[in-house]
Amino acid sequence: MERLRFATVGSVDDGKSTLIGRLLYDSKSIFEDQLEHIEAVSKRRGDDYVDLSLLTDGLRAEREQGITIDVAYRYFATPKRSFIIADCPGHIQYTRNMITGASNVDLAIVLIDARTGVIEQTRRHSLLVSLLGVPHLVICVNKMDLVDYDQGVFNRIRQEFEQFASRLDLQDVTFLPISALAGDNCVTRSKNMDWYEGSTLLHHLENVYTASDDNRIDTRFPVQFVIRPQRADFPDYRGYAGRVAGGVLRVGDEVMVLPSGLTSTITGIDSPTGPLQEATPGQAVTVLLADDLSITRGDMICRPNNRPRVAQELEAMLCWMDDTAPLQPGKIYSIKHTTKVARTKITEVLYRLNISTLSRETGVNQLAMNEIGRVTLHTTAPLMFDDYHQNRTTGCFIIVDEATGQTAGAGMLLSPRT
Amino acid sequence: MKTSLDGLIDESVTIIREVAAEFERPVLLFSGGKDSVVMLHLAVRAFAPARVPFPVMHIDTGHNFLEVIEFRDRCVSEMGVQLIVGSVQASIDSGKVADVTGPRASRNPLQTVTLLDSIAEHRFDAVFGGARRDEERARAKERVFSHRDSFGQWDPKNQRPELWGIYNGRHRQGEHFRIFPLSNWTELDIWTFIGEYNIDLPSIYYAHTRPIFKRDNMLMAVTDFLPPDEGSVVEHMQVRFRTVGDATCTAAVSSSAATVEDIIAETAVARVTERGATRADDRMSEAGMEDRKRTGYF
Ligand SMILES: Nc1nc2c(ncn2[C@@H]2O[C@H](COP(=O)(O)OP(=O)(O)OP(=O)(O)O)[C@@H](O)[C@H]2O)c(=O)[nH]1
Ligand SMILES: [Mg+2]
Repeated sequence: MERLRFATVGSVDDGKSTLIGRLLYDSKSIFEDQLEHIEAVSKRRGDDYVDLSLLTDGLRAEREQGITIDVAYRYFATPKRSFIIADCPGHIQYTRNMITGASNVDLAIVLIDARTGVIEQTRRHSLLVSLLGVPHLVICVNKMDLVDYDQGVFNRIRQEFEQFASRLDLQDVTFLPISALAGDNCVTRSKNMDWYEGSTLLHHLENVYTASDDNRIDTRFPVQFVIRPQRADFPDYRGYAGRVAGGVLRVGDEVMVLPSGLTSTITGIDSPTGPLQEATPGQAVTVLLADDLSITRGDMICRPNNRPRVAQELEAMLCWMDDTAPLQPGKIYSIKHTTKVARTKITEVLYRLNISTLSRETGVNQLAMNEIGRVTLHTTAPLMFDDYHQNRTTGCFIIVDEATGQTAGAGMLLSPRT
Repeated sequence: MKTSLDGLIDESVTIIREVAAEFERPVLLFSGGKDSVVMLHLAVRAFAPARVPFPVMHIDTGHNFLEVIEFRDRCVSEMGVQLIVGSVQASIDSGKVADVTGPRASRNPLQTVTLLDSIAEHRFDAVFGGARRDEERARAKERVFSHRDSFGQWDPKNQRPELWGIYNGRHRQGEHFRIFPLSNWTELDIWTFIGEYNIDLPSIYYAHTRPIFKRDNMLMAVTDFLPPDEGSVVEHMQVRFRTVGDATCTAAVSSSAATVEDIIAETAVARVTERGATRADDRMSEAGMEDRKRTGYF
């Protein structure tokens, strides 16, 4: 069965956690003991109804404050698909946790409160989802019960969003009017909104077409681990283990190894569940080659006529996530890109992105927590990479503060501006 | 053969290899329970035909189901991995912790001390755990690479961002990481794997008849370490275990499921979570697991 990863994003209190609770509840994916537990907590707090957000807001502090602080992961399945849900926090202070949840999903649900419409945090999250290259987007105008299920409100918010989003790089966008609290259009069609003719949210999640989202053209295999058994029964085995980041590897393919540029032929592909003839994006495999080349972790296997770019001077969009120190150009950080770890200096902040207006602010030389900017960087070793839009896996990296170990920045590599 | 587990196996194997590549002294927590068995099988598959490049460790409360300990020893010898045992009894004997007494005493909470001491003693810097996010609401919040400070503490309000499957294992001397390769597996996925790959498990996971007494509506097995509560009635019942932990706080469920297929069918329609049905320790408080995890529990 197919698996879909999705995240809920949007401003604080717009109903993300409640929506997840509703989807789980209406699809009968809540267990009795979980329900008893949240019923008891809601009752103890004197709520009028069972607070479904308690299903994902599992930390003590979250329950005390009634907000989501960190991503919660939830799982459910219908006969059509199984789902991995990341319920992200909406509060600006926890943006880095939102990015954590949204970085590798197939689809993001952006919630908007029907009473407030598009607000700053809606824009911030939409921008982030667009930068992260999330392939599918569903804009849920929530709390329709509080605006009399009025079509005019829905249309107005839809226009508002479309106007803002026209300047973003969003591919597949769907709009849905819902009430997470009352359940309208979540799993069953709403009787309160006859004017809406589209499908329910669950129906959409079950049917959204994702098969073409992977890059199956450009073969990329970052070597993660070299397997050399010290065993008498496998004297000559030397396998290169890793996860296919793009394209297809087939037995018999001629391949090139970077950075050395040496070539060889694939003689076998092993996998955790047995030998394969070919391996596709996402598969964890071990590649065997005809020749004994010197290959180590951090090298990249590709095709001789289709190589990633190799450079030490790079350009990227960078989200800063460290609350203890701003990004400092010139300071040395550690950088992790695919399976390679190197050191790096940010050489220049080309501009900072104004999240509300999407304008480019120049003349800044720092990025504070939650700020996003376009930067140039210099690394101690060449990276073998693709533009993030071509390949999310070979186009992304993280920056780590060497002193504290904190994951301080998340970057998306781009073609240098000409 | 393509199965629903493909993406999950790939993710788990990638995580296990990443740890082997980046850490100096990893260890895999192995209790003989189904999640740790699946995790060990994945580790074997991650490095085959080479051997698993790290040992496994059992934190042993001394209050075990016999079948599980026998299975544990057989399993590690078949898989060719080294077993380290961290003994709660030894922690008690050395005065590090006081044994618990009283009618409902369980050594389960004492494991944290033994676990942290064993990690320090062997200088482990990465500790694989078989916890799944679908098990419990605090676990649903945890990263795959989960940082622990030099006191072994988890800080749920200040977790490192973790994006795109790039894992950051950077740490200072004395700190370590807990690694959860099965984060995204559900109970049903675990059983599907066990069925598809014919994985051997301790016999008590399958329906069998044993003396049982009821405590707070949970079915507790009478063992050498757990005499029936005063006033309770002991019955011979057909049961199986959905989780296997310390014998004094792990309950059985009434079941006639004798094969993997039976269990998968039961799991698919189960109305109570695994821990809700079987763990006395999780019933204690609203944030029982979070509090235990903060101080270094599994
Ligand atoms: N009337 C009404 N209230 C709703 C609806 N959806 C959510 N709410 C309420 O809005 C409040 C916030 O809901 P949450 O689900 O916690 O919001 P959230 O988006 O998860 O918030 P953060 O995670 O903290 O950003 C709660 O009191 C919900 O009961 C809806 O459709 N209608
Ligand atoms: Mg929330």
